[in-house]
Amino acid sequence: MAKLLFRGARVVDPASGTDQVADVLVVDESVEALGDDVSARGAEVLDCDGLALAPGLVDLHAHLREPGREDAETVETGSRAGAVGGYTAICAMPNTDPVADTAAVVLEVRNLADKAGLVDVHPAASITKGLQGERLTEIGELAELGVRLFTDDHQCVQSAQVMRMALDYSKAFDVVIAQHAQEATLTEGWQMHEGYYSSLLGLRGAPAEAEAVIVARDLLLAGRTGGRLHITHVSAGLSVDLIRDGKARGLRTSADVTPHHLTLCDEDVQGYDTNLRVNPPLRAAEDRQALRAGLLDGAMDAVATDHAPHAEEDKEVEFDQARPGTIGLETALAAVLTALGPEPDLGTVVQRMSSTPARILGLDEHGGPLAPGRPANLVLFDPLAEWTVGERPTASRGRNSAFLGHTLRGAVVYTLLRGVFTVRDGEATG
Amino acid sequence: MIKHLLSVTQLRPEDITAVLDTADSFREVGTRVIKKVPALRGRTVVNLFYENSTRTRISFELAAKRLSADVINFSTSGSSVAKGESLKDTALTLEAMGADAIVIRHSSSGSPNTLTRWVEASVINAGDGTHEHPTQALLDLYTIREHFPSFEGLRVAIVGDVLHSRVARSNTHALARMGAEVTLVGPPTLIPPEAPAWGAQISYELDAVLPKLDVCYMLRVQRERQRQQYFPTVREYSRLFGLGRDRVDALPEGALIMHPGPMNRGVEIASDVADLPRSLITDQVTNGIAVRMALLYLMLGGSGAGSEGEAG
Repeated sequence: MAKLLFRGARVVDPASGTDQVADVLVVDESVEALGDDVSARGAEVLDCDGLALAPGLVDLHAHLREPGREDAETVETGSRAGAVGGYTAICAMPNTDPVADTAAVVLEVRNLADKAGLVDVHPAASITKGLQGERLTEIGELAELGVRLFTDDHQCVQSAQVMRMALDYSKAFDVVIAQHAQEATLTEGWQMHEGYYSSLLGLRGAPAEAEAVIVARDLLLAGRTGGRLHITHVSAGLSVDLIRDGKARGLRTSADVTPHHLTLCDEDVQGYDTNLRVNPPLRAAEDRQALRAGLLDGAMDAVATDHAPHAEEDKEVEFDQARPGTIGLETALAAVLTALGPEPDLGTVVQRMSSTPARILGLDEHGGPLAPGRPANLVLFDPLAEWTVGERPTASRGRNSAFLGHTLRGAVVYTLLRGVFTVRDGEATG
Repeated sequence: MIKHLLSVTQLRPEDITAVLDTADSFREVGTRVIKKVPALRGRTVVNLFYENSTRTRISFELAAKRLSADVINFSTSGSSVAKGESLKDTALTLEAMGADAIVIRHSSSGSPNTLTRWVEASVINAGDGTHEHPTQALLDLYTIREHFPSFEGLRVAIVGDVLHSRVARSNTHALARMGAEVTLVGPPTLIPPEAPAWGAQISYELDAVLPKLDVCYMLRVQRERQRQQYFPTVREYSRLFGLGRDRVDALPEGALIMHPGPMNRGVEIASDVADLPRSLITDQVTNGIAVRMALLYLMLGGSGAGSEGEAG
């Protein structure tokens, strides 16, 4: 019987409304006890002074690249990156090769993840066959297999009729339809956010309105159908306002924002660093401010990484030829803690990075509440430790971090998946 | 002097003046029987052209040769680029061969910036995508300076497809830095609304601007923009923004007409207007060589054998 006692940690567990210093005893796969004076008898004791203990983080949006681009990432390396970042569950995006639009691909990804055993990987499936935006995927069959989230991510479902059908049809299975909101004709050949910096740099812009028009349209369709709409990686302040209004009108809708959109903006693109070419693009400083405000007031439900590893040769090229995306699993928590200022409310951070995304995906084992008998899916982090991105090798196969050279605040010390260390003293165990 | 020339925004007014003054002394070299000085003897200049540009490439080639540098022309057709070699590998190859300066023309904005990450050589932007064309701006300023004593308060209109024009960006930055008043003129679809933050004014009405100008700078319009719906027809564009004979008459006496070439005669500029004495289009070409000589000389730190020493 394995017993671990985490002594004197600040337990942050929004699902049970807890934020206090306590001891946490883990026995085998589960939390055994939580309180002031838990007996250490027979347990390995870990001094957690200065550390926060929370339910393991849950990512709604990561590209693990397998099958198809194993040179950029595999399910195993992506899982390890997740563990290093404090994650115990991640939702893998379906834009693999082949696309995750059949049971076979979904089951293959799940098998690979089980073999790696570092995080729980929940494969998302595409909304439409082959991400073509035309024919619906067999949502019913995939939902029976446990797929909870459907998205054509990287592509936006352009057809209003297809989106309406997806939202309507999916109601029968209570699954989430996640949209990458980007109107195609307004964004042809885009390279960055349209604004002062794009005009100066001579890079073709994608206006914020290209996102907002799809958000507005899909909110209307969600209202019409009653389907569960999720807007992923919201980047524009206009979209935050629309989503906030939609929620106020009682729509079943949720949204996430990435750590890089909370941290960086279009001004940072001035050196043509291809690691800052991301999709959707880094927006203006005002948009970043709106995203932060939305994250705090709940207009934005979750932080999702949009972890997008790329092979070096796909990034070490001219700016407009670089594949968009940044890796994010290993830096997400620190980036969010840094973005929210010197004294971020840890309860809100854990809510947005663990509890709410777990609820959106319907994952009972993740996101808390932490209580006796519950699975010990945990992260312990030092909210004040500063570190510089790039000083240590990434667990991800991708090196393309938008935060390279940035000093961030907040470091993961331990991650546990069902009572087993996947990260110990900041290092992956397996 | 700066190590790389990627954007006019790197240059202070005194840097621009230094280039123009140096170009003055090199201009005379082009009038000699033996058009050559030994300033950059033994140095290697590579022209790395990913886009066709006869004018700019030949201008740089002549500039480097007149300074006695060894010149290598590397263009896309028939090279390893056609076999799919990346910019990075090409850069590392040129570096390994000992290039002192790389002059790059590329369709991707920012590729000169990207190139500097991989090479020790000085990088000179000879036009990148829709970003900048700094040497064009310098030669245009040189040409203007031959006709006006100062840039301060000079009224310049840049007319046409500003949105996609690297020439417009570089010229706006350069002229604004030197104290000129720049107005960008064209249909609203081709003028970035952020242009006032570059230091320029905006007008959608050429006829309202013409009578106050010292310089009317016409940009090339690509017919492809019409297919992209930036304007309804070439005919309408030409009617609103083309420089025909009647519009030339609205210009003040002594106002100059410029165009970076290549021209669409009959679209943005009427054929007979292009050939008027006040059109400086061929002067721009001639001056380009002296300005590029000056730039190469200043950036590569040409020693001793400067033009003045050799001129006598």
